Amino acid sequence: MKKFLSSPAFWRGALSIVVFLVLWEIGARSKAWMAPEFFAPFKELLGAMGFKKDYLPWIGAVPAPSGVLKAWVAVLGQPGYWQSWYMSMFRVMGGFIAAMLIGIPFGLALAVSRVAHGIGFPTFEVLRPIPPLAWVPASIIFWPTQELAITFITFLGAFYTIVINVLGGARSIDVRYFQAAQSMGSSNWDIFRRVILPGTLPSIVVGSAVGMGITWEVVVAAEMISGGGSQQAGVGGGLGFFIWNSYVGGSYEQIVVGMISIGIAGFISSELLRWAGRYATPWLKLR
Amino acid sequence: MAETSIRPKIIPGEIVVEGVSKSYGATQFRKEVVQDCSFKIERAKLTVMVGPSGCGKSTLIRLLAGFEQPTEGSILLDGEPVTEPSRDRLVVFQETALFPWMTTWDNILYGPRARGELSRESLQFGEFLLNKVGLQEFRDKYPGQLSGGMQRRAELARAMINNPKVMILDEPFRGLDAMTKELMWEYYARLYEENRRTNFFVTTDIDEAVFLADRILVMSNIPTQVRAVIEVDLPRPRKLLDIFENDRANDIKKQALSILHAEAMRSFSRGSKAAADFVDAYLKRASRA
Repeated sequence: MKKFLSSPAFWRGALSIVVFLVLWEIGARSKAWMAPEFFAPFKELLGAMGFKKDYLPWIGAVPAPSGVLKAWVAVLGQPGYWQSWYMSMFRVMGGFIAAMLIGIPFGLALAVSRVAHGIGFPTFEVLRPIPPLAWVPASIIFWPTQELAITFITFLGAFYTIVINVLGGARSIDVRYFQAAQSMGSSNWDIFRRVILPGTLPSIVVGSAVGMGITWEVVVAAEMISGGGSQQAGVGGGLGFFIWNSYVGGSYEQIVVGMISIGIAGFISSELLRWAGRYATPWLKLR
Repeated sequence: MAETSIRPKIIPGEIVVEGVSKSYGATQFRKEVVQDCSFKIERAKLTVMVGPSGCGKSTLIRLLAGFEQPTEGSILLDGEPVTEPSRDRLVVFQETALFPWMTTWDNILYGPRARGELSRESLQFGEFLLNKVGLQEFRDKYPGQLSGGMQRRAELARAMINNPKVMILDEPFRGLDAMTKELMWEYYARLYEENRRTNFFVTTDIDEAVFLADRILVMSNIPTQVRAVIEVDLPRPRKLLDIFENDRANDIKKQALSILHAEAMRSFSRGSKAAADFVDAYLKRASRA
Protein backbone atom coordinates (compact mmCIF):
# COMPACT_ATOMS: atom_id res chain seq x y z
CA MET A 1 0.00 0.00 0.00
CA LYS A 2 2.78 2.38 0.98
CA LYS A 3 4.63 1.41 -2.17
CA PHE A 4 1.51 2.07 -4.22
CA LEU A 5 1.05 5.55 -2.73
CA SER A 6 4.60 6.53 -3.67
CA SER A 7 4.47 5.06 -7.18
CA PRO A 8 4.35 7.34 -10.24
CA ALA A 9 1.28 5.48 -11.46
CA PHE A 10 -0.69 6.59 -8.41
CA TRP A 11 0.34 10.21 -8.74
CA ARG A 12 -0.41 10.29 -12.45
CA GLY A 13 -3.88 8.91 -11.70
CA ALA A 14 -4.43 11.43 -8.93
CA LEU A 15 -3.25 14.28 -11.17
CA SER A 16 -5.65 13.19 -13.88
CA ILE A 17 -8.63 13.35 -11.51
CA VAL A 18 -7.59 16.68 -9.97
CA VAL A 19 -7.11 18.32 -13.37
CA PHE A 20 -10.50 17.03 -14.46
CA LEU A 21 -12.20 18.44 -11.34
CA VAL A 22 -10.48 21.81 -11.66
CA LEU A 23 -11.46 22.19 -15.33
CA TRP A 24 -15.01 21.20 -14.49
CA GLU A 25 -15.18 23.73 -11.64
CA ILE A 26 -13.83 26.49 -13.87
CA GLY A 27 -16.25 25.57 -16.62
CA ALA A 28 -19.23 25.54 -14.29
CA ARG A 29 -18.37 28.92 -12.78
CA SER A 30 -17.52 30.53 -16.08
CA LYS A 31 -21.13 31.43 -16.72
CA ALA A 32 -21.25 33.66 -13.67
CA TRP A 33 -17.92 35.25 -14.54
CA MET A 34 -18.79 36.09 -18.10
CA ALA A 35 -21.10 38.80 -19.26
CA PRO A 36 -24.07 37.65 -21.36
CA GLU A 37 -22.69 39.82 -24.18
CA PHE A 38 -19.82 37.35 -24.47
CA PHE A 39 -22.18 34.78 -25.91
CA ALA A 40 -24.01 37.14 -28.23
CA PRO A 41 -21.72 36.74 -31.29
CA PHE A 42 -21.86 32.95 -31.02
CA LYS A 43 -25.63 33.03 -30.86
CA GLU A 44 -25.79 35.29 -33.89
CA LEU A 45 -23.50 32.91 -35.74
CA LEU A 46 -25.77 29.95 -34.90
CA GLY A 47 -28.75 31.99 -36.04
CA ALA A 48 -27.02 32.81 -39.30
CA MET A 49 -26.39 29.14 -39.89
CA GLY A 50 -30.10 28.48 -39.58
CA PHE A 51 -30.20 27.01 -36.06
CA LYS A 52 -32.14 28.25 -33.11
CA LYS A 53 -30.08 30.73 -31.16
CA ASP A 54 -30.44 28.77 -27.89
CA TYR A 55 -28.81 25.71 -29.34
CA LEU A 56 -25.45 26.54 -27.81
CA PRO A 57 -24.33 23.99 -25.22
CA TRP A 58 -22.39 25.41 -22.33
CA ILE A 59 -20.76 23.64 -19.48
CA GLY A 60 -21.83 26.51 -17.25
CA ALA A 61 -25.28 24.87 -17.18
CA VAL A 62 -23.81 21.90 -15.28
CA PRO A 63 -23.47 22.10 -11.50
CA ALA A 64 -19.94 22.68 -10.24
CA PRO A 65 -18.08 19.95 -8.34
CA SER A 66 -18.03 22.09 -5.21
CA GLY A 67 -21.83 22.33 -5.35
CA VAL A 68 -22.10 18.62 -6.01
CA LEU A 69 -19.93 17.87 -3.01
CA LYS A 70 -22.11 20.08 -0.82
CA ALA A 71 -25.26 18.34 -2.05
CA TRP A 72 -23.60 15.00 -1.49
CA VAL A 73 -22.69 15.77 2.10
CA ALA A 74 -26.26 16.90 2.69
CA VAL A 75 -27.68 13.75 1.19
CA LEU A 76 -25.32 11.41 3.09
CA GLY A 77 -27.40 11.82 6.21
CA GLN A 78 -30.66 10.95 4.49
CA PRO A 79 -31.86 7.36 4.75
CA GLY A 80 -33.54 7.71 1.35
CA TYR A 81 -30.17 8.04 -0.37
CA TRP A 82 -28.84 4.90 1.23
CA GLN A 83 -32.13 3.16 0.54
CA SER A 84 -31.54 3.93 -3.14
CA TRP A 85 -28.10 2.38 -2.97
CA TYR A 86 -29.48 -0.67 -1.29
CA MET A 87 -32.34 -1.08 -3.76
CA SER A 88 -30.10 -0.81 -6.84
CA MET A 89 -27.45 -3.09 -5.38
CA PHE A 90 -30.12 -5.60 -4.43
CA ARG A 91 -31.59 -5.61 -7.93
CA VAL A 92 -28.21 -5.82 -9.63
CA MET A 93 -27.05 -8.67 -7.44
CA GLY A 94 -30.37 -10.50 -7.76
CA GLY A 95 -30.41 -10.24 -11.54
CA PHE A 96 -26.71 -10.95 -11.85
CA ILE A 97 -26.71 -14.01 -9.61
CA ALA A 98 -29.79 -15.38 -11.39
CA ALA A 99 -28.01 -14.80 -14.71
CA MET A 100 -24.98 -16.76 -13.48
CA LEU A 101 -27.07 -19.58 -12.02
CA ILE A 102 -29.05 -20.02 -15.22
CA GLY A 103 -26.55 -18.75 -17.80
CA ILE A 104 -23.50 -20.86 -16.88
CA PRO A 105 -25.27 -24.26 -16.97
CA PHE A 106 -27.19 -23.20 -20.07
CA GLY A 107 -24.01 -22.12 -21.87
CA LEU A 108 -22.23 -25.32 -20.87
CA ALA A 109 -25.17 -27.41 -22.05
CA LEU A 110 -25.12 -25.64 -25.42
CA ALA A 111 -21.39 -26.32 -25.65
CA VAL A 112 -21.35 -30.02 -24.78
CA SER A 113 -24.61 -31.32 -26.19
CA ARG A 114 -25.47 -31.16 -29.85
CA VAL A 115 -29.14 -31.76 -29.01
CA ALA A 116 -29.23 -28.91 -26.47
CA HIS A 117 -27.50 -26.65 -28.98
CA GLY A 118 -29.93 -27.57 -31.73
CA ILE A 119 -32.97 -26.91 -29.56
CA GLY A 120 -31.78 -24.00 -27.43
CA PHE A 121 -29.51 -21.93 -29.61
CA PRO A 122 -31.84 -20.66 -32.38
CA THR A 123 -34.35 -19.23 -29.88
CA PHE A 124 -31.52 -17.77 -27.86
CA GLU A 125 -30.05 -16.09 -30.92
CA VAL A 126 -33.40 -14.57 -31.90
CA LEU A 127 -34.00 -13.15 -28.42
CA ARG A 128 -30.44 -11.94 -27.90
CA PRO A 129 -30.52 -8.83 -30.12
CA ILE A 130 -33.57 -7.47 -28.25
CA PRO A 131 -32.18 -4.82 -25.89
CA PRO A 132 -33.12 -5.48 -22.25
CA LEU A 133 -34.83 -2.08 -22.05
CA ALA A 134 -37.23 -3.10 -24.80
CA TRP A 135 -38.45 -5.70 -22.34
CA VAL A 136 -39.52 -3.11 -19.73
CA PRO A 137 -43.20 -2.73 -20.68
CA ALA A 138 -43.72 -6.43 -21.32
CA SER A 139 -42.03 -7.41 -18.12
CA ILE A 140 -44.05 -4.90 -16.05
CA ILE A 141 -47.18 -6.53 -17.44
CA PHE A 142 -45.86 -10.06 -16.92
CA TRP A 143 -44.29 -9.97 -13.47
CA PRO A 144 -46.61 -9.56 -10.49
CA THR A 145 -44.45 -6.96 -8.74
CA GLN A 146 -42.41 -4.10 -10.09
CA GLU A 147 -39.48 -5.37 -8.10
CA LEU A 148 -39.47 -8.64 -10.01
CA ALA A 149 -39.90 -6.80 -13.30
CA ILE A 150 -36.79 -4.66 -12.73
CA THR A 151 -34.76 -7.62 -11.49
CA PHE A 152 -35.77 -9.59 -14.56
CA ILE A 153 -34.54 -6.84 -16.85
CA THR A 154 -31.24 -6.69 -14.99
CA PHE A 155 -31.04 -10.45 -15.35
CA LEU A 156 -31.43 -10.16 -19.13
CA GLY A 157 -28.60 -7.63 -19.26
CA ALA A 158 -26.09 -10.11 -17.85
CA PHE A 159 -27.60 -13.36 -19.12
CA TYR A 160 -26.79 -13.12 -22.83
CA THR A 161 -23.21 -12.03 -22.27
CA ILE A 162 -22.56 -14.82 -19.79
CA VAL A 163 -24.06 -17.51 -22.03
CA ILE A 164 -22.14 -16.36 -25.11
CA ASN A 165 -18.87 -16.24 -23.18
CA VAL A 166 -19.36 -19.65 -21.57
CA LEU A 167 -20.27 -21.19 -24.91
CA GLY A 168 -17.33 -19.62 -26.71
CA GLY A 169 -14.95 -20.46 -23.88
CA ALA A 170 -15.97 -24.11 -23.70
CA ARG A 171 -15.73 -24.46 -27.48
CA SER A 172 -12.26 -22.99 -27.68
CA ILE A 173 -10.70 -25.52 -25.31
CA ASP A 174 -7.81 -27.19 -27.12
CA VAL A 175 -8.91 -30.54 -28.54
CA ARG A 176 -5.67 -32.10 -27.30
CA TYR A 177 -6.87 -31.69 -23.72
CA PHE A 178 -9.87 -33.87 -24.52
CA GLN A 179 -7.72 -36.39 -26.35
CA ALA A 180 -5.21 -36.55 -23.52
CA ALA A 181 -7.99 -36.97 -20.95
CA GLN A 182 -9.70 -39.67 -23.02
CA SER A 183 -6.46 -41.58 -23.49
CA MET A 184 -5.83 -41.58 -19.76
CA GLY A 185 -9.19 -43.20 -19.16
CA SER A 186 -11.47 -40.28 -18.28
CA SER A 187 -15.21 -40.82 -18.37
CA ASN A 188 -17.39 -38.14 -19.96
CA TRP A 189 -18.40 -36.82 -16.55
CA ASP A 190 -14.75 -36.71 -15.48
CA ILE A 191 -13.84 -34.76 -18.62
CA PHE A 192 -16.66 -32.33 -17.96
CA ARG A 193 -15.67 -31.80 -14.34
CA ARG A 194 -11.90 -31.66 -14.72
CA VAL A 195 -11.35 -30.35 -18.25
CA ILE A 196 -14.38 -28.46 -19.57
CA LEU A 197 -15.31 -26.71 -16.34
CA PRO A 198 -11.85 -25.39 -15.41
CA GLY A 199 -11.10 -24.72 -19.08
CA THR A 200 -14.19 -22.51 -19.28
CA LEU A 201 -13.63 -20.71 -15.97
CA PRO A 202 -11.56 -17.84 -17.44
CA SER A 203 -14.35 -17.14 -19.94
CA ILE A 204 -16.94 -17.32 -17.16
CA VAL A 205 -14.99 -14.68 -15.26
CA VAL A 206 -14.68 -12.41 -18.31
CA GLY A 207 -18.34 -12.89 -19.24
CA SER A 208 -19.41 -12.08 -15.69
CA ALA A 209 -17.31 -8.93 -15.59
CA VAL A 210 -18.82 -7.66 -18.84
CA GLY A 211 -22.27 -8.78 -17.72
CA MET A 212 -21.90 -6.91 -14.44
CA GLY A 213 -21.20 -3.68 -16.34
CA ILE A 214 -24.30 -4.12 -18.47
CA THR A 215 -26.34 -4.90 -15.37
CA TRP A 216 -25.62 -1.46 -13.91
CA GLU A 217 -26.47 0.26 -17.19
CA VAL A 218 -29.74 -1.60 -17.37
CA VAL A 219 -30.89 -1.28 -13.76
CA VAL A 220 -30.62 2.50 -13.79
CA ALA A 221 -32.58 2.85 -17.00
CA ALA A 222 -35.19 0.37 -15.81
CA GLU A 223 -35.65 2.30 -12.57
CA MET A 224 -36.04 5.57 -14.46
CA ILE A 225 -38.65 4.17 -16.81
CA SER A 226 -40.64 2.20 -14.29
CA GLY A 227 -40.59 4.78 -11.54
CA GLY A 228 -38.41 2.50 -9.50
CA GLY A 229 -41.26 0.96 -7.57
CA SER A 230 -40.90 3.63 -4.93
CA GLN A 231 -43.66 3.85 -2.36
CA GLN A 232 -43.14 7.45 -1.35
CA ALA A 233 -41.87 10.19 -3.60
CA GLY A 234 -38.12 10.15 -3.96
CA VAL A 235 -37.45 7.39 -1.47
CA GLY A 236 -36.38 3.82 -2.12
CA GLY A 237 -36.58 3.82 -5.88
CA GLY A 238 -32.96 2.93 -6.49
CA LEU A 239 -30.16 5.15 -7.78
CA GLY A 240 -31.72 5.43 -11.23
CA PHE A 241 -34.89 6.77 -9.76
CA PHE A 242 -32.86 8.99 -7.44
CA ILE A 243 -31.39 10.70 -10.52
CA TRP A 244 -34.72 10.97 -12.26
CA ASN A 245 -36.41 12.33 -9.17
CA SER A 246 -33.66 14.91 -8.69
CA TYR A 247 -34.14 16.02 -12.27
CA VAL A 248 -37.90 16.32 -11.87
CA GLY A 249 -37.42 18.10 -8.53
CA GLY A 250 -34.91 20.50 -10.08
CA SER A 251 -31.97 19.75 -7.76
CA TYR A 252 -29.33 19.48 -10.43
CA GLU A 253 -26.48 18.89 -7.99
CA GLN A 254 -28.20 15.71 -6.86
CA ILE A 255 -28.32 14.40 -10.42
CA VAL A 256 -24.54 14.43 -10.47
CA VAL A 257 -24.43 12.92 -6.98
CA GLY A 258 -26.54 10.03 -8.30
CA MET A 259 -24.34 9.61 -11.37
CA ILE A 260 -21.14 9.45 -9.35
CA SER A 261 -22.78 7.06 -6.88
CA ILE A 262 -23.54 4.67 -9.71
CA GLY A 263 -19.94 4.96 -10.89
CA ILE A 264 -18.72 4.03 -7.43
CA ALA A 265 -21.23 1.18 -7.07
CA GLY A 266 -20.20 -0.23 -10.45
CA PHE A 267 -16.55 0.03 -9.53
CA ILE A 268 -17.12 -1.79 -6.23
CA SER A 269 -18.98 -4.64 -7.90
CA SER A 270 -16.35 -4.99 -10.63
CA GLU A 271 -13.58 -5.10 -8.04
CA LEU A 272 -15.42 -7.77 -6.06
CA LEU A 273 -15.83 -9.78 -9.23
CA ARG A 274 -12.19 -9.39 -10.25
CA TRP A 275 -11.15 -10.55 -6.82
CA ALA A 276 -13.43 -13.58 -6.99
CA GLY A 277 -12.16 -14.28 -10.52
CA ARG A 278 -8.53 -14.23 -9.45
CA TYR A 279 -9.40 -16.58 -6.63
CA ALA A 280 -11.20 -18.99 -8.97
CA THR A 281 -8.46 -19.08 -11.62
CA PRO A 282 -5.16 -19.06 -9.71
CA TRP A 283 -3.22 -20.46 -12.67
CA LEU A 284 -3.73 -17.25 -14.65
CA LYS A 285 -1.78 -14.93 -12.36
CA LEU A 286 1.51 -16.63 -12.91
CA ARG A 287 4.92 -15.60 -11.63
CA MET B 1 15.70 -52.29 -4.25
CA ALA B 2 13.04 -49.87 -3.19
CA GLU B 3 12.53 -48.84 -6.78
CA THR B 4 11.30 -52.21 -7.92
CA SER B 5 8.61 -52.24 -5.26
CA ILE B 6 7.35 -48.83 -6.39
CA ARG B 7 7.46 -49.39 -10.10
CA PRO B 8 4.75 -51.50 -11.66
CA LYS B 9 5.99 -54.11 -14.07
CA ILE B 10 6.41 -52.76 -17.58
CA ILE B 11 4.81 -54.86 -20.30
CA PRO B 12 5.90 -53.47 -23.66
CA GLY B 13 3.47 -53.90 -26.52
CA GLU B 14 3.87 -54.24 -30.24
CA ILE B 15 1.84 -52.38 -32.84
CA VAL B 16 1.30 -53.67 -36.35
CA VAL B 17 -0.05 -51.27 -38.95
CA GLU B 18 -1.36 -53.08 -41.99
CA GLY B 19 -2.44 -51.48 -45.24
CA VAL B 20 -3.83 -48.42 -43.48
CA SER B 21 -5.37 -45.63 -45.52
CA LYS B 22 -7.01 -42.47 -44.27
CA SER B 23 -8.74 -39.89 -46.39
CA TYR B 24 -10.77 -36.82 -45.52
CA GLY B 25 -13.55 -34.95 -47.24
CA ALA B 26 -16.52 -35.75 -49.44
CA THR B 27 -16.13 -37.97 -52.48
CA GLN B 28 -15.19 -35.43 -55.16
CA PHE B 29 -12.81 -33.50 -52.92
CA ARG B 30 -11.38 -36.53 -51.20
CA LYS B 31 -7.86 -36.10 -49.96
CA GLU B 32 -5.78 -39.17 -49.24
CA VAL B 33 -3.48 -38.37 -46.36
CA VAL B 34 -2.29 -41.89 -45.62
CA GLN B 35 -2.28 -44.50 -48.37
CA ASP B 36 -1.77 -48.22 -47.93
CA CYS B 37 0.72 -47.70 -45.15
CA SER B 38 2.23 -50.70 -43.37
CA PHE B 39 4.88 -50.86 -40.68
CA LYS B 40 5.61 -52.36 -37.32
CA ILE B 41 6.41 -50.70 -34.02
CA GLU B 42 8.56 -53.41 -32.50
CA ARG B 43 8.30 -54.53 -28.91
CA ALA B 44 10.65 -52.83 -26.44
CA LYS B 45 12.25 -50.73 -29.15
CA LEU B 46 12.43 -47.04 -29.84
CA THR B 47 11.03 -46.50 -33.30
CA VAL B 48 11.44 -43.03 -34.76
CA MET B 49 9.41 -41.81 -37.68
CA VAL B 50 10.98 -39.03 -39.79
CA GLY B 51 9.28 -37.23 -42.57
CA PRO B 52 8.89 -33.72 -43.93
CA SER B 53 6.44 -31.52 -42.06
CA GLY B 54 2.90 -31.82 -43.29
CA CYS B 55 3.42 -35.36 -44.54
CA GLY B 56 0.62 -36.87 -42.50
CA LYS B 57 2.57 -38.02 -39.45
CA SER B 58 0.10 -36.40 -37.08
CA THR B 59 -2.76 -38.17 -38.84
CA LEU B 60 -1.00 -41.48 -38.30
CA ILE B 61 -0.64 -40.63 -34.62
CA ARG B 62 -4.34 -39.90 -34.28
CA LEU B 63 -5.02 -43.30 -35.83
CA LEU B 64 -2.56 -45.10 -33.56
CA ALA B 65 -3.99 -43.38 -30.51
CA GLY B 66 -7.51 -44.31 -31.57
CA PHE B 67 -8.84 -40.73 -31.81
CA GLU B 68 -9.76 -41.51 -35.41
CA GLN B 69 -10.39 -44.69 -37.37
CA PRO B 70 -8.59 -45.62 -40.59
CA THR B 71 -10.64 -45.62 -43.79
CA GLU B 72 -9.03 -48.92 -44.72
CA GLY B 73 -6.64 -51.41 -43.18
CA SER B 74 -6.06 -52.34 -39.58
CA ILE B 75 -3.99 -51.34 -36.60
CA LEU B 76 -3.29 -54.08 -34.07
CA LEU B 77 -1.80 -53.76 -30.60
CA ASP B 78 -0.54 -57.22 -29.58
CA GLY B 79 -3.04 -58.71 -31.99
CA GLU B 80 -6.02 -56.71 -30.70
CA PRO B 81 -7.54 -54.12 -33.07
CA VAL B 82 -7.31 -50.48 -32.00
CA THR B 83 -10.81 -48.98 -31.81
CA GLU B 84 -10.71 -46.22 -29.21
CA PRO B 85 -8.31 -44.14 -27.11
CA SER B 86 -6.74 -46.10 -24.30
CA ARG B 87 -4.08 -45.81 -21.63
CA ASP B 88 -2.22 -48.57 -23.47
CA ARG B 89 -1.29 -46.14 -26.24
CA LEU B 90 -0.59 -42.78 -24.65
CA VAL B 91 0.32 -39.72 -26.67
CA VAL B 92 2.73 -37.02 -25.58
CA PHE B 93 1.69 -34.09 -27.71
CA GLN B 94 3.52 -31.43 -29.69
CA GLU B 95 4.21 -28.34 -27.63
CA THR B 96 2.43 -29.32 -24.42
CA ALA B 97 -0.98 -30.62 -23.48
CA LEU B 98 -0.56 -30.34 -19.72
CA PHE B 99 -3.76 -29.01 -18.19
CA PRO B 100 -2.93 -25.37 -17.39
CA TRP B 101 -5.38 -25.32 -14.49
CA MET B 102 -3.70 -28.18 -12.61
CA THR B 103 -0.44 -28.17 -10.70
CA THR B 104 2.39 -30.42 -11.83
CA TRP B 105 1.42 -32.97 -9.21
CA ASP B 106 -2.26 -33.02 -10.17
CA ASN B 107 -1.33 -33.27 -13.83
CA ILE B 108 0.85 -36.30 -13.15
CA LEU B 109 -1.90 -37.96 -11.12
CA TYR B 110 -4.58 -37.25 -13.73
CA GLY B 111 -4.66 -40.76 -15.17
CA PRO B 112 -4.95 -42.79 -11.94
CA ARG B 113 -7.49 -40.29 -10.59
CA ALA B 114 -9.59 -40.47 -13.77
CA ARG B 115 -9.76 -44.24 -13.57
CA GLY B 116 -10.42 -44.24 -9.84
CA GLU B 117 -7.13 -46.02 -9.20
CA LEU B 118 -5.62 -43.56 -6.78
CA SER B 119 -3.96 -45.96 -4.35
CA ARG B 120 -0.95 -45.76 -2.09
CA GLU B 121 1.07 -47.49 -4.79
CA SER B 122 0.10 -45.02 -7.49
CA LEU B 123 0.89 -42.10 -5.17
CA GLN B 124 4.29 -43.62 -4.49
CA PHE B 125 4.86 -44.20 -8.17
CA GLY B 126 3.85 -40.60 -8.87
CA GLU B 127 6.33 -39.42 -6.26
CA PHE B 128 8.99 -41.61 -7.83
CA LEU B 129 8.30 -40.20 -11.30
CA LEU B 130 8.25 -36.63 -10.00
CA ASN B 131 11.75 -37.22 -8.66
CA LYS B 132 12.76 -38.99 -11.84
CA VAL B 133 11.88 -35.97 -13.96
CA GLY B 134 13.48 -33.67 -11.39
CA LEU B 135 10.42 -31.58 -10.61
CA GLN B 136 10.07 -32.16 -6.85
CA GLU B 137 10.38 -28.45 -6.20
CA PHE B 138 7.80 -27.63 -8.87
CA ARG B 139 5.21 -30.02 -7.53
CA ASP B 140 2.68 -27.29 -6.69
CA LYS B 141 3.45 -24.99 -9.62
CA TYR B 142 1.16 -24.59 -12.59
CA PRO B 143 2.41 -25.48 -16.10
CA GLY B 144 2.59 -21.78 -16.98
CA GLN B 145 5.21 -21.37 -14.28
CA LEU B 146 7.47 -24.09 -15.70
CA SER B 147 10.06 -23.67 -18.44
CA GLY B 148 9.55 -25.43 -21.77
CA GLY B 149 11.88 -28.28 -20.85
CA MET B 150 10.20 -28.80 -17.48
CA GLN B 151 6.79 -28.93 -19.13
CA ARG B 152 7.95 -31.72 -21.46
CA ARG B 153 9.37 -33.63 -18.51
CA ALA B 154 6.17 -33.24 -16.55
CA GLU B 155 4.25 -34.52 -19.53
CA LEU B 156 6.53 -37.56 -19.81
CA ALA B 157 5.81 -38.32 -16.16
CA ARG B 158 2.08 -37.84 -16.69
CA ALA B 159 2.22 -40.44 -19.45
CA MET B 160 4.51 -42.89 -17.68
CA ILE B 161 2.38 -43.12 -14.54
CA ASN B 162 -0.25 -44.87 -16.64
CA ASN B 163 2.31 -47.50 -17.57
CA PRO B 164 1.28 -47.64 -21.24
CA LYS B 165 2.20 -50.58 -23.43
CA VAL B 166 3.29 -48.11 -26.12
CA MET B 167 4.30 -44.48 -25.63
CA ILE B 168 3.60 -42.31 -28.65
CA LEU B 169 5.50 -39.03 -28.81
CA ASP B 170 4.45 -36.46 -31.40
CA GLU B 171 7.40 -34.11 -31.93
CA PRO B 172 7.61 -33.68 -28.18
CA PHE B 173 10.67 -31.42 -28.20
CA ARG B 174 9.55 -29.11 -30.94
CA GLY B 175 9.77 -25.46 -30.03
CA LEU B 176 12.50 -25.90 -27.45
CA ASP B 177 15.73 -23.97 -27.89
CA ALA B 178 18.70 -25.96 -29.26
CA MET B 179 20.45 -26.30 -25.92
CA THR B 180 17.38 -27.54 -24.02
CA LYS B 181 16.49 -29.81 -26.89
CA GLU B 182 19.83 -31.61 -26.76
CA LEU B 183 19.56 -31.98 -23.01
CA MET B 184 16.09 -33.42 -23.47
CA TRP B 185 17.44 -35.95 -26.02
CA GLU B 186 19.99 -37.23 -23.56
CA TYR B 187 17.46 -37.23 -20.76
CA TYR B 188 14.80 -39.01 -22.77
CA ALA B 189 17.29 -41.59 -24.12
CA ARG B 190 18.31 -42.41 -20.55
CA LEU B 191 14.68 -42.84 -19.51
CA TYR B 192 14.14 -45.19 -22.42
CA GLU B 193 17.28 -47.20 -21.72
CA GLU B 194 16.20 -47.70 -18.11
CA ASN B 195 12.73 -48.99 -18.96
CA ARG B 196 12.85 -50.37 -22.48
CA ARG B 197 9.24 -49.56 -23.10
CA THR B 198 7.93 -49.65 -26.64
CA ASN B 199 8.33 -46.06 -27.80
CA PHE B 200 7.12 -44.48 -31.01
CA PHE B 201 8.68 -41.10 -31.61
CA VAL B 202 7.73 -38.80 -34.45
CA THR B 203 9.97 -35.98 -35.59
CA THR B 204 11.15 -33.91 -38.54
CA ASP B 205 14.66 -33.68 -37.15
CA ILE B 206 17.13 -36.24 -38.52
CA ASP B 207 19.78 -35.58 -35.86
CA GLU B 208 17.13 -36.29 -33.24
CA ALA B 209 16.11 -39.47 -35.04
CA VAL B 210 19.64 -40.84 -35.36
CA PHE B 211 20.53 -40.05 -31.78
CA LEU B 212 17.42 -41.66 -30.26
CA ALA B 213 16.31 -44.47 -32.53
CA ASP B 214 16.68 -48.22 -32.61
CA ARG B 215 14.83 -48.15 -35.89
CA ILE B 216 14.06 -45.21 -38.18
CA LEU B 217 11.04 -45.19 -40.45
CA VAL B 218 11.60 -42.71 -43.28
CA MET B 219 8.28 -41.48 -44.60
CA SER B 220 7.20 -40.28 -48.00
CA ASN B 221 5.41 -37.05 -48.60
CA ILE B 222 1.64 -37.00 -48.66
CA PRO B 223 -0.02 -39.50 -49.03
CA THR B 224 2.08 -41.07 -46.31
CA GLN B 225 3.87 -44.37 -46.82
CA VAL B 226 7.03 -45.85 -45.38
CA ARG B 227 9.92 -45.34 -47.84
CA ALA B 228 12.64 -47.08 -45.87
CA VAL B 229 13.38 -48.72 -42.54
CA ILE B 230 16.88 -48.10 -41.19
CA GLU B 231 18.20 -50.13 -38.26
CA VAL B 232 20.31 -47.85 -36.07
CA ASP B 233 22.89 -50.16 -34.56
CA LEU B 234 24.85 -47.53 -32.64
CA PRO B 235 25.71 -48.79 -29.14
CA ARG B 236 23.85 -47.42 -26.13
CA PRO B 237 24.19 -45.30 -24.09
CA ARG B 238 25.00 -42.86 -26.85
CA LYS B 239 26.88 -39.61 -26.57
CA LEU B 240 25.68 -36.46 -28.24
CA LEU B 241 29.06 -35.98 -29.94
CA ASP B 242 28.62 -39.35 -31.66
CA ILE B 243 25.93 -38.17 -33.95
CA PHE B 244 28.20 -35.43 -35.25
CA GLU B 245 31.46 -37.40 -35.45
CA ASN B 246 30.66 -41.09 -35.70
CA ASP B 247 30.95 -42.40 -39.30
CA ARG B 248 28.16 -44.92 -38.93
CA ALA B 249 25.83 -42.22 -37.62
CA ASN B 250 26.72 -39.97 -40.54
CA ASP B 251 26.09 -42.81 -42.98
CA ILE B 252 22.64 -43.33 -41.54
CA LYS B 253 21.96 -39.63 -41.73
CA LYS B 254 23.01 -39.48 -45.36
CA GLN B 255 20.95 -42.54 -46.20
CA ALA B 256 17.83 -40.99 -44.64
CA LEU B 257 18.54 -37.64 -46.24
CA SER B 258 18.89 -39.03 -49.74
CA ILE B 259 15.49 -40.71 -49.43
CA LEU B 260 13.91 -37.56 -48.05
CA HIS B 261 15.59 -35.53 -50.76
CA ALA B 262 14.16 -37.73 -53.50
CA GLU B 263 10.78 -37.45 -51.78
CA ALA B 264 11.06 -33.70 -51.58
CA MET B 265 12.09 -33.34 -55.20
CA ARG B 266 9.09 -35.40 -56.23
CA SER B 267 6.69 -33.20 -54.31
CA PHE B 268 8.65 -30.12 -55.33
CA SER B 269 7.81 -30.90 -58.92
CA ARG B 270 4.20 -31.12 -57.73
CA GLY B 271 4.52 -27.76 -56.05
CA SER B 272 5.30 -28.35 -52.38
CA LYS B 273 7.88 -25.75 -51.51
CA ALA B 274 7.92 -26.68 -47.82
CA ALA B 275 9.39 -30.08 -48.64
CA ALA B 276 12.19 -28.59 -50.73
CA ASP B 277 13.04 -26.00 -48.08
CA PHE B 278 13.26 -28.74 -45.52
CA VAL B 279 15.90 -30.68 -47.43
CA ASP B 280 17.81 -27.56 -48.48
CA ALA B 281 18.20 -26.55 -44.86
CA TYR B 282 19.55 -29.98 -44.03
CA LEU B 283 22.01 -30.10 -46.88
CA LYS B 284 23.40 -26.75 -45.80
CA ARG B 285 23.81 -28.00 -42.27
CA ALA B 286 25.50 -31.20 -43.46
CA SER B 287 28.03 -29.31 -45.60
CA ARG B 288 28.92 -27.06 -42.65
CA ALA B 289 29.64 -30.02 -40.38
